[in-house]
Amino acid sequence: MKRFLLTLLAISLAVGSLGCARKSSEPDLKPTASGSALVESSGGKQIGAVGALLAQPLVVQVNDDQGSAVPGALVQFTGPPGVAFDPPQGITDSSGQFTTNVALGGMAGRYELTASTWTKAQKRIDLKLEEIALGYQQQLGHQLDEKHCARCHNPESTTERLSNFDNLEVKPHAFTEGDTLNKMSDADLSAIISHGGPALNRSALMPPYGLTLGKAEIQALISFIRLVSFPPYQASGTVYGGK
Amino acid sequence: MGTPKNTPSSIWRELFGDPIRAFGVVSLLLLLPLAIAPAKNYFSEWRHYQNQYLKMIRSRGEAVTLQRHFQGGIQQIWLPELGVVDRCTTCHVGLKEASLADVTTQPFRRHPVIPHRLDQFGCVVCHRGQGQATTVEEAHRSTLAWEQPILPARYIEASCGQCHLNALTGTPQLNLGRHLLSRYGCVHCHTIKLPAGSAVQPTDDPPSLEHIADKTTREWIYSWLKDPQAYAVTATMPNFKLSDAAARDISAFLIASSTPIPGDTAPVAPSKTLPDPTAGATLYGQSFCASCHAVQNAAGNVVGGDVGPELTRVGSKVKPEWLQVWLRNPRIYDAATAMPHYRFDDRQVGVLAGFLGNKTDPDLLANVHLDPATPEQIAHGKTLATEFGCASCHEINGTKKPENFAPELTRVGSKPTNQLIFLPGMAHTLPDYIAAKIRNPRSFGAALKMPQFSFTPAQVDALTTALLSLTDRAQSLTLSLAVPAPPASNYQPAGKAGQLISDLACFSCHAINGRGGDMAPDLTWEGSSVQSQWLEEFLNDPNTLRPALIRRMPKFNLTDGEIKELSDYIMTVYQTPAFDRDSMPASYPLAEVEQGKQLFYSKYGCQSCHIVDSKADKGYVGPTLTQVGSRLNPAWIYHWLKNPQALRPGTTEPNRGMSDEDARALTAFLIMQKGTAKQEVKK
Repeated sequence: MKRFLLTLLAISLAVGSLGCARKSSEPDLKPTASGSALVESSGGKQIGAVGALLAQPLVVQVNDDQGSAVPGALVQFTGPPGVAFDPPQGITDSSGQFTTNVALGGMAGRYELTASTWTKAQKRIDLKLEEIALGYQQQLGHQLDEKHCARCHNPESTTERLSNFDNLEVKPHAFTEGDTLNKMSDADLSAIISHGGPALNRSALMPPYGLTLGKAEIQALISFIRLVSFPPYQASGTVYGGK
Repeated sequence: MGTPKNTPSSIWRELFGDPIRAFGVVSLLLLLPLAIAPAKNYFSEWRHYQNQYLKMIRSRGEAVTLQRHFQGGIQQIWLPELGVVDRCTTCHVGLKEASLADVTTQPFRRHPVIPHRLDQFGCVVCHRGQGQATTVEEAHRSTLAWEQPILPARYIEASCGQCHLNALTGTPQLNLGRHLLSRYGCVHCHTIKLPAGSAVQPTDDPPSLEHIADKTTREWIYSWLKDPQAYAVTATMPNFKLSDAAARDISAFLIASSTPIPGDTAPVAPSKTLPDPTAGATLYGQSFCASCHAVQNAAGNVVGGDVGPELTRVGSKVKPEWLQVWLRNPRIYDAATAMPHYRFDDRQVGVLAGFLGNKTDPDLLANVHLDPATPEQIAHGKTLATEFGCASCHEINGTKKPENFAPELTRVGSKPTNQLIFLPGMAHTLPDYIAAKIRNPRSFGAALKMPQFSFTPAQVDALTTALLSLTDRAQSLTLSLAVPAPPASNYQPAGKAGQLISDLACFSCHAINGRGGDMAPDLTWEGSSVQSQWLEEFLNDPNTLRPALIRRMPKFNLTDGEIKELSDYIMTVYQTPAFDRDSMPASYPLAEVEQGKQLFYSKYGCQSCHIVDSKADKGYVGPTLTQVGSRLNPAWIYHWLKNPQALRPGTTEPNRGMSDEDARALTAFLIMQKGTAKQEVKK
């Protein structure tokens, strides 16, 4: 009886481990070539919503010593927990590029993603890409920015929105200009949005929005500005221990 | 097992020798199992997390505040109206602590800012999961007794859509998903009922096929049926993955069942003089066809609007005679089309038809060779058309729109996973199932009827989000708790002007009284806004108010009578009750004008967005104001300056909180800006 039970246990263990093994094995990717450099083609520095797919896929290219594209090389994407790549790894196509769709994690903030490829000597080459995930509040702020601010504060034009930046005598600060905006407190930003440029002794070309936007909307806008600024904004105040 | 020296009887005597000893032993034995419950409680997961939390906050600067906020034991949010019994806050202790912004480890993260309060809505209404559970596994994942795992952040906007049936600014993904359900005609086949009783309506307006033989050839229908996106990358028609024989038979049936267009379809007399080769492109540009129709350029980019079909290869599709009839008056072929009836003369129709007819793709039909259809093929085509539910979207002679053709999706967001058949290898969750089904429906079985759509990954996510919002909770919610969608307006202006507004398809771009598109300005109060002379001139020859816009008002070649009719109607009917149109004088003292100029350039800095002096000013965010004095009514200018959003909700011009004097002075300055009209007066 005891022997029978033991055999049963052994068989079930073997079956179980086989099943698990099959599950964990990934599709075989056999690189046919390897490069010596990894460059970003497109998809970096995007702004997306938490958890959602980024609008543009990430495209990276593997190059060789001469700087020409290498088809058939292995590329792998990794990121902080919660980030999903579809597909997470693959072989570069005929133009030496590999494309993946990214969904950022569930928490608002900056995400540093890593693309890796391997040289002939199995040396790993990493490329860092940064993406920004907007939470609910920042996303509201982003929309308000598009509607009310971007036409002057964003020097870049799109087909739907021609930038008014070049037409202004006093140039507004882009929201990514962390060097300037990070020095301003939340109260200052709120004042300049609510009461216009003259409130902080700045240009009168910046109109007041205090009667157009609600308090929560201005808060949302500030929280968006803080998230996209470069270099990243560090909240001032008590620095807590134990981190 | 005792030691060999002790016989069983001696152990027995040792333990139960006399009644008191026996009682003590039995009590001890009973106590042991009783101790399991408190021990299990003591070592429970949630207590572990609470201890961890206390340890974490001890080293922080604001430890005292946090400790004061902390409440030990099982916490519960009970909201009978929503059916919420949530104990999530037992472990997620720091949700409301704003100072924990830097904490990234769960379960101690603070909740990001949202418009709702935790104690009014609980957690599972948005996040799903099992609220009563107090273990990680049971609360977050699917268990045997609970099928509703945590909703991934990717689809979290679906939860907003349970109560909010209107479009929220904070839920772009949900809004896009809902738009796509209508735009791609999902709701032609799948019924989606809204809690209030109405159903989601499609907005794709698939063409009627009753006169299809007049419009195009059987070869084109065949190639379209085989792969709609090969003809136009933006086509919303899905790919049914038909076999060659099926496409051959359906195209045969459609041609055979087609009847001629009723009405005046006389061809245009060919013009004697050779048209200028650039005339077609010029007319296409002047008529702003690109506001609604897209064309794929050499670089592969699709440029233009998506109200009408893409025209990249239109010359390979439509018959030249049909195109002329259509351009002359589209309402002859389709009375309800979104295309305006441009009053083109015969020469213009010829030029434009010639231009569009040249947009061909020789490869499209190169390999299509169809023999004449046999009666059997036509009959088989009819069977196939019924089987694939073609009549769900298109009107076809001899077939009826099928009822309940595809599964109803009213409660699809709450569908139990045990009713789903998953593909091998896919995650067993409802969101994954829905996304896979949208992405590649036929992967669930080659015999399935649902066609293949060409959605981008973001569109699949958006659609999944919109479908996940259709839950039992959404259906059973007390109506007072739901935020309804704004009621659909079926406003129809009356009389001759009303007919003109329909004929010109004004609603395709402009909204009036809640009905119509958002491409162009809302005209509900246009009569209070503009001057009648300007309106007449504008209808005769629309010029551009906003130089930065690509989409513009086309020229409809209206007759003087039609212009008068339209302008009179707009000026009389579309008036705001907010103010009297004649409440402001038309001319002002020079001092006031001068003061207004000062205010415009210095205090309010209007030139950052508007142009008054076309030489000095550069701003082009708002409309150009060089002729605003001959365009707008002074009372409108005054009230607009006082509060723009009161006259047009959501407009971008900020409310400056102007005093009455400032607004009056600015009105005085602006009303003097008569542009070219002013110069004519001088001469």
